[in-house]
Amino acid sequence: MMPPQPVPWGKVLVPNRDPVHGKRVQLMITCLCDAFFDDAAQAALQCLERAGCEVQCPRDQTCCGQAAYTAGDWAAYRQVVRHVARVFDDPAPVVVASGSCAAAMFHEAPMAFENEPDLPVIRALAARTWELSDFLVNGLGLAAWPGRLDARIAIHDSCHTRGTPTIAAVRTLLDGIDGLERIDFPDSELCCGFGGVFSVSHPHVSSQMGRQKIDKVLSESPDYVVSADMSCLMHQQGIAARQGRAYPIRHVAQVLRDAGGLP
Amino acid sequence: MNRQALDAYAQGLDDAVLEAIDVGARSGVDKRLETLTEDYDDPDALRRLAGLLRQHTLDHLDGYLSQVEKRLIENGARVHFAATTDRALEIVLDIVRASGTRVVTKSKSMASEELDLARRLASEGFEPLETDLGEFVVQLDDDHPSHIVKPIIHKTRRDVARSFERNGLGDYNDDPETITRRARAFMRRKFLEARVTITGANFISAQSGRVALVTNEGNARFGLAGADVHIVLAGIEKVIPGDRDLALLLSLLIRSATGQRMTSYVELVAGPRSPTQPSGPREMHVILMDANRSSIVGGDMAPILRCIRCGACMNSCPVYRQSSGHAYRGVYPGPMGAVLGPLLADGGQDQLADLARASTLCGACGDVCPVDIPIPDLIARLRARSVKNQLTEAGHGVPPMGIYSFLARHPRLWRLVMRLGWIIDWIPLRRFPVPTARAWFDSRTLPRWRGGRFRRWFRRTERQRSRG
Repeated sequence: MMPPQPVPWGKVLVPNRDPVHGKRVQLMITCLCDAFFDDAAQAALQCLERAGCEVQCPRDQTCCGQAAYTAGDWAAYRQVVRHVARVFDDPAPVVVASGSCAAAMFHEAPMAFENEPDLPVIRALAARTWELSDFLVNGLGLAAWPGRLDARIAIHDSCHTRGTPTIAAVRTLLDGIDGLERIDFPDSELCCGFGGVFSVSHPHVSSQMGRQKIDKVLSESPDYVVSADMSCLMHQQGIAARQGRAYPIRHVAQVLRDAGGLP
Repeated sequence: MNRQALDAYAQGLDDAVLEAIDVGARSGVDKRLETLTEDYDDPDALRRLAGLLRQHTLDHLDGYLSQVEKRLIENGARVHFAATTDRALEIVLDIVRASGTRVVTKSKSMASEELDLARRLASEGFEPLETDLGEFVVQLDDDHPSHIVKPIIHKTRRDVARSFERNGLGDYNDDPETITRRARAFMRRKFLEARVTITGANFISAQSGRVALVTNEGNARFGLAGADVHIVLAGIEKVIPGDRDLALLLSLLIRSATGQRMTSYVELVAGPRSPTQPSGPREMHVILMDANRSSIVGGDMAPILRCIRCGACMNSCPVYRQSSGHAYRGVYPGPMGAVLGPLLADGGQDQLADLARASTLCGACGDVCPVDIPIPDLIARLRARSVKNQLTEAGHGVPPMGIYSFLARHPRLWRLVMRLGWIIDWIPLRRFPVPTARAWFDSRTLPRWRGGRFRRWFRRTERQRSRG
């Protein structure tokens, strides 16, 4: 089998995480699922429940703050992160329905707090933050996700999951599903050009990168483009729609849920 | 449109230029990956080691620099410290004037680009000759390098053939071998005329004073063979602790830069001609240039000074590949340039501060860096710095975060916005005079608003469950 992504030297960004005790988890649905992709959020919750978790979904959750981080407004970013830390102050694992938001919480947030008195709080939050697939495989120890779904899928690995266990975990889960065929497409390791505020500060370069990405993906005519991140998919689908092309996107959780599997 | 300068530049590029860059960058990416993974079980461990080694040197740079100075003087070289690029230029000019030469040969050196050295020598009445083939073409075209290893990555061989024709180097012929032969015939005469040769330095060993130079064309070596005076121009960060560190650093540099296992030539020059080294220039001057580097050492941006100028980050960077090196406006393009450029810019970082915006923070550059520089983190830090210092130019096209962060801290308001957001489905945002909206909607749509639906579903499910 081809390696999942031709990244020569992945840097493992994941901090030492607290071991998972018990089955209680807190789900962070992310702002994009809150606003646009409710079914992905629902699927994430259903996957966790099927895996035996008792899922809490704090009502006061909003956003991970990443937009302000990438914009460079770290004062605003820290305020949002402090809100996240208050909302998710329970010691149970925080499972995030996005690789990007999870990485922001375990990598970027501690960096932006390095000179702040509440750094320990943010570090503790980082140590219990997981991306969903990573949590299912490496937190709960699932070796596969049984089930059936007849579809050919192209996986888009978001750049923010580079060097994190998410890339392998997504494949571990999807490879257990009968009837599911993973297809490779050229340049799969290249960024699609979203980049948060980059997409509006550099609209030309961003959409060029996006156009190249969707051309490569669609060259293999997948039934679904699947990712652990809806943000990249939203940008890609938005470009495809402007061109009048269909671009069927799914969160990994939607695929897992639709495949059934697990009691 | 309200957007960044680099984006507008990229949009104006010729397809031929973009294709040339894409081909060059891709071949760099592929060859690098191939040799590294073939040769080493764990190349990642090597680059981490190299990162530690470079960082260690930077953390003790004062000590290593004085050691280098001492060794070089013992070896018979003269050592000059230049605080600024202007001072470095004065030193070079003094040495060249004293030599009585007119022709000066020069091998490839990014430090020399910081001084715009070839142009400055020419304007002082000397005849500088770039002897690296790529740099020679840059000089013929009065252009600037657009890549730190492949200076003419933006040109095709047709472009090169045309510029040879224009410059009287034979009729149009785009056969690479013919081009190379013509350049060689032209340069050979100059090599014999030049009494001064200028090189950069890939590394300078504090243990021995040895200057390591890598080339594929033997041009640095030829320059040394013909000249009486050798000038080495190097940034102060080029120092490494000892000769044995070359094994690690050259192995990574060369594989990362060109995908070769070893360049055709590696020169180790410890000093001028001496009884133990009976050939070569009679004088050797080593100019150690600061030019704002010491302001970076010791701070949170210091890791960028580990850089060994391999160019792997730009090869792998999708933004560089869409915009070309010239879009970065300075000496250093691509991800490393987006960090080093603003930091080295005279007059503070605000001149090129917008370059830190020219990244999706995708991380490809950090993944390939042979000295483990966390480039995406440094780029993000520079953004934070430019916002803190209110460099408004650098924030061009970046939406303000005030309202967003306010909402994100006020959950009741957030939920209200989620419920009411559907109105954006009914507003023709594409035609709205909001720059951010225009920038998005010109090339993309947004999905239908579904805010609040998950929350409703979740509440309903919970209620049903509690009723049992």
